[in-house]
Amino acid sequence: MLKKSLIAMAAGLALSTAALAQDKIDIVFIGKNTGNPYFDSLTKGFVEACQKIACNFEFVAPATAEATSQIPFIEAQIQRGVDVIAISPNSPDALNQVFDAARAKGIIVMTVNGDITGNEAHRDLTILPTDFTKVGADQIEMVGSLIGYEGEIAILSATTEAPDQNFWIKGMNEAIKDPKYAKMKLVATVYGDDQPEKSTSEMEALMANFPDLKGVIAPTTVGIAAAAQVVQSRGVADKVKVTGLGLPSEMRDFVKDGTVAAFQLWSPYNEGWLAAHLAVDLKAGKAKNEVGSTFEVPNLGTITINAGNSINTQSALTTFNAENIDQFDF
Amino acid sequence: MSAAETTPQRIAGRGAAPQRSLWHVILVRPETMTLVLLVLAVILASQLSPFFLDISYILRSFTLSAEFAIVALVLTMVIIAGEIDLSPAANMALSTCLFAWAQASGVPMPIAIAIGLVAGLAMGALNAFMVIGLQLPSIIVTIGTLTLYRGLAQIIAGDKSIRMPEWFIGIDKVLVFGVPATVAIFVVVSLVLGLILAGTIFGRQIYQIGTNEVAARYAGIRTRRIKLILFLLMGLAAAIAGMLTASRLGSVRYDLGLGGELQMVLMAMLGGTYIFGGRGTILGTFLAAWLLVVVSTGMTVANLLPAIQLTVLGVLLIVAIIATNLIYSRAQR
Repeated sequence: MLKKSLIAMAAGLALSTAALAQDKIDIVFIGKNTGNPYFDSLTKGFVEACQKIACNFEFVAPATAEATSQIPFIEAQIQRGVDVIAISPNSPDALNQVFDAARAKGIIVMTVNGDITGNEAHRDLTILPTDFTKVGADQIEMVGSLIGYEGEIAILSATTEAPDQNFWIKGMNEAIKDPKYAKMKLVATVYGDDQPEKSTSEMEALMANFPDLKGVIAPTTVGIAAAAQVVQSRGVADKVKVTGLGLPSEMRDFVKDGTVAAFQLWSPYNEGWLAAHLAVDLKAGKAKNEVGSTFEVPNLGTITINAGNSINTQSALTTFNAENIDQFDF
Repeated sequence: MSAAETTPQRIAGRGAAPQRSLWHVILVRPETMTLVLLVLAVILASQLSPFFLDISYILRSFTLSAEFAIVALVLTMVIIAGEIDLSPAANMALSTCLFAWAQASGVPMPIAIAIGLVAGLAMGALNAFMVIGLQLPSIIVTIGTLTLYRGLAQIIAGDKSIRMPEWFIGIDKVLVFGVPATVAIFVVVSLVLGLILAGTIFGRQIYQIGTNEVAARYAGIRTRRIKLILFLLMGLAAAIAGMLTASRLGSVRYDLGLGGELQMVLMAMLGGTYIFGGRGTILGTFLAAWLLVVVSTGMTVANLLPAIQLTVLGVLLIVAIIATNLIYSRAQR
């Protein structure tokens, strides 16, 4: 008797939680790899949005950022029946087939913080932090201003196949052709695979191979921290200028002790915040995934869906230096 | 424990008639351990997540490792013969890059496939030449060619990916009696190789080579020829596996199958293949492939952290190796 009523109670409880869960949509964010602090901030945007609006959020990521390592995770989310997959893709094309499978099940696939350039038809929309076509030029200008527009520079990137990295590197290679940078020479592009140890040894190799190196652009948070660490421990901050894209929280000490004068980034937090709001609005029919349509996001204002179903959370890169770095906590 | 202490025991053991009951013969085998682990893994995984126990999902997940699993079957035979080949994943990349490159530059598909297969065979032949002809240890040779083949693949394909034609994409979505085609291929290859290894003279000779190569040679077994066949088979299997991967992913890149050699060795080891040769079965590797898929899929669908997944896989491998060694040392004496 008692058993029966207990089972009935349990069943009732299960039903009520199921009913509750139905009101909320399930969003999962698949990062490039684990142990990457950049995604902590992005994830925080999702988490805090989902505390306010109707969504359940989970973060998963493979151990390594290889081209195909995200596939089992996407398959698993399809099997779990989530409503929205947000993903920072590790490959511009290896995920096409599994994206198609997810979308065939009615799942919204949004790439966040990096797109599958050339294969946009395989995802629903992309959320990019800023206009990525300007990142390369902005970074060249940044390093140029630090080294007096003269001398050898190098790039310390993440993995060779990371689409966003390659896009920016292409932008840098084009920007440097400007006569303004005629005395600057890009001598090498190396890859630290977004691993601290590999990035450190690549940075050390750069300094050994190019004794006249004046500046290093590391457009990746892992890379810039590793590069700054090398410069700091060798005490050559006045000789080699490190800049790139970094997290204020990780770079604060380097900026304060003068190892790094300035670097850039956007707010990854806002990407997660925007993605969660858009996901809920799309599922509720409040927003339409059409080029030119707009929607409102608290704190960010009116956001427009640009050509190629692409959305930017901010219009230009933010530059961090000793004066403003304390204002940022991500 | 010193050798002197164990010797009398061993002699006594050998002197007594082997009193082994049927259950002893069946149970004290590495494959049994793999099977038990597989059953346990299925039970645990279905406890971990309500989404796990869905046969079509498990089969779909198997397609992600099926290409490696197919090569692991051949690798099992190579290991039993006392050699190892760590180059197959790089071979997959190079042969498939050559195939895709030929195909993209207008060569008809059948010829492009032939180019890929011949390339795979040639890479197997190069390994065989150095191991058999030059008498170099296969572990060193294939670590070398693993790097070489991957490097060549990158030279050919660069950092770009080569698209596959639309009709070529999706062999893993083709169902054969309700089973994805690549999984079906794996099952058929398992059956064929299992029969060859266990039921033919060729198969028995592989075991003899792995147990004692010198003795095998004196017994008139053409050890060099058999090893050559195995390395060639390895190259062929890798090329086929590479093309299956290309069909699944829809594009080819030099990093295709990166790190796959470890998964292949893991499958063979988990299935109870003895790393020093002479022992192991296709059934063991077959079961181990499923075990690996069940374990990793079960943890992924439960949204467990990769760090936990790696730890579990590591523990699993160590348990398997200890158990295999224990079982073989008992069964032998």
